[in-house]
Amino acid sequence: MIELRNLSRHYGATRVLDGVSLTLEPGRFTALLGPSGCGKSTLLRLVAGLDRPSTGQILFDGRDVAQESPSERNVAMVFQAYALYPHLTVAQNIALPLAMRRLGRLGRSPLGALSPAVRRTRATLARDVRAVAELLEIVPLLARKPAQLSGGQQQRVALARALVRDPSVFLLDEPLSNLDARLRIQMRAELVALHRRTGHTFLYVTHDQAEAMAMAERIAVMLDGRIAQVGSPRALYERPATCDVAGFIGAHPINLIPGPPEGGLPPALASGQPAPERPLVVGLRPEHLTPAADGPVQGRLDRVAFQGDVQVLGLRLEADGTPLRATAPPDWPAPDAGSAVRLGYRPEHLHLFDAAHGTRIANPGEESSCA
Amino acid sequence: MRLNRSVREGLTDLLLAGPATAVMVLLIFLPVGIVAVLSFTDYQFGAASFRWVGWDNYRAILADPFGRRALVNTLTYAAITIPASISLGLLVAIGLHGLTRHQPRLAAVLRAVYFLPVAATLVAMAVAWQMILHPTLGLVNQALGAAGLEGPSWLSDRALVIWTLAAIGIWQSVGYNMVLFLAGLAAIPPHLYDAAAVDGADRPWDRFWTVTWPMLGPVTLFVTVVTATSAFRVFETVATLTQGGPAFASDVLVYAIYREGFVYFKAGHASALTMVFFALVLLFTALKFRVLETQVHYR
Repeated sequence: MIELRNLSRHYGATRVLDGVSLTLEPGRFTALLGPSGCGKSTLLRLVAGLDRPSTGQILFDGRDVAQESPSERNVAMVFQAYALYPHLTVAQNIALPLAMRRLGRLGRSPLGALSPAVRRTRATLARDVRAVAELLEIVPLLARKPAQLSGGQQQRVALARALVRDPSVFLLDEPLSNLDARLRIQMRAELVALHRRTGHTFLYVTHDQAEAMAMAERIAVMLDGRIAQVGSPRALYERPATCDVAGFIGAHPINLIPGPPEGGLPPALASGQPAPERPLVVGLRPEHLTPAADGPVQGRLDRVAFQGDVQVLGLRLEADGTPLRATAPPDWPAPDAGSAVRLGYRPEHLHLFDAAHGTRIANPGEESSCA
Repeated sequence: MRLNRSVREGLTDLLLAGPATAVMVLLIFLPVGIVAVLSFTDYQFGAASFRWVGWDNYRAILADPFGRRALVNTLTYAAITIPASISLGLLVAIGLHGLTRHQPRLAAVLRAVYFLPVAATLVAMAVAWQMILHPTLGLVNQALGAAGLEGPSWLSDRALVIWTLAAIGIWQSVGYNMVLFLAGLAAIPPHLYDAAAVDGADRPWDRFWTVTWPMLGPVTLFVTVVTATSAFRVFETVATLTQGGPAFASDVLVYAIYREGFVYFKAGHASALTMVFFALVLLFTALKFRVLETQVHYR
């Protein structure tokens, strides 16, 4: 188990991480999700031991690892740019972490071949390399140099190099962001399968909420150097803790509509349900706001984007011109731009946030045990 | 009328590369050809005629102890200067690269100091060296004397003079090599060092052999070629400090070419020396590219 306790990191006056606490449970796939510049890569480097926290503690199975190097922590890491050694073959790249551990300096040098013990160790290295290469289906590439591989193949080699030993934690820093869209989707499934097969603890850094939602068992959302919320993908989607998390999670950006200053729901949305009498911001996901002949929301259509499985509607509220996003099934007959459209939603899909702090207020429509 | 597109592009290429090519043929290839022809004659500057002598000039270089001397001295000088100025340049570059992170000001000053000999003309610097190395008044021997040691005659001891010149050659080229290595070090992607740290290569020695040295391959190749050609071309220090003396102990190929051609006007002999020099440099360069090129670009 890995525990991060109140970690902060500043560079000069710039505060990159601000009191981050997080527990990584053994064998779990945790995603660290946040926009670029939120400090998630810095946090990953702290866990790896490539950087040191300004304050706070990192515990691996209860042991403070402040004085330990990355290799002493036995972390494995996959980098965004793969970071393969260009002068070594694929097999040598994968074998390097093993050679560094199991062979001395002399054993790694060409002279090492003279010693029978070193030759035996090298043979076991080659076997381990082959086993992990088979797991990742890169056996035919073992003799090549990284420059002769495609991006996807380099990615597999980087994964193999990380997997070849038995790491305490598997750290992935946006490993799929350099791949094309189709390969990215395929690799997502493979990484999840790999996680299931190896049972290692995964910490996966990404800025792509769809990636985090699709792969992770737990997601820690990071915003401005703090952890905004930790939870399962479903919990983050259904019960975002703050306005900002709600804005970050979801394929279509959520509508955030301020209520009247005296409290209650915005009149243009309300359909008579009860609401707390305090200033609110109401969140409503576009996928939960759909055309309905008798719906309470009256909008005027700006544009329709057909996306195959769904049509995304851009509208303005009839009452005050507030822009809104909604969705419609692909077979919905879209009227011309400028037409009036009535929309409906289910009350339990409303997210209520405190207007001043952006924190979630329990919706009267959802069970109270949601926290 | 507009010309066909491929013709127009061809003309553009010709316009861009043509003048330089023409000048190169006229001023380099043609003279080399003439020198090659002259090396088989006994032509002397100003003479009205010449005779074909075949390989006589070349035989003379190898048979003549002075000719052999120039060749051996040049090779000795190169054998000392090339490895020393490359490894020192690399060491200084790694030191300054590390220092830049903690002490950027000091690193910048030191960089300028190391680069100064490259920017200064060697002829002017030679005067300074002559004073520093003077057997009795020079700074070096004064310092040695103060320490109770008797300093040798750096430039007039026959066994020592080529080493002294080589040391000056190293002093002069370390700065240049350092600048090239610094650029190479700055171009190494930092994530490779991160990967090496995670993989267990986190001590300086392992980092160097896992990442730094392999990634500097192309720079090292370039530095080696530049250092080697300039070592083979050594001339200024010899001409200003020793004139090839004492007793030809510091005679080198280019200085011999100059002496034979422009002092004794033996154009045929000088041409043959030039061809030997040319072949040596060409051979060395071709060898290095063949051996190293395949190993440093990792394709």
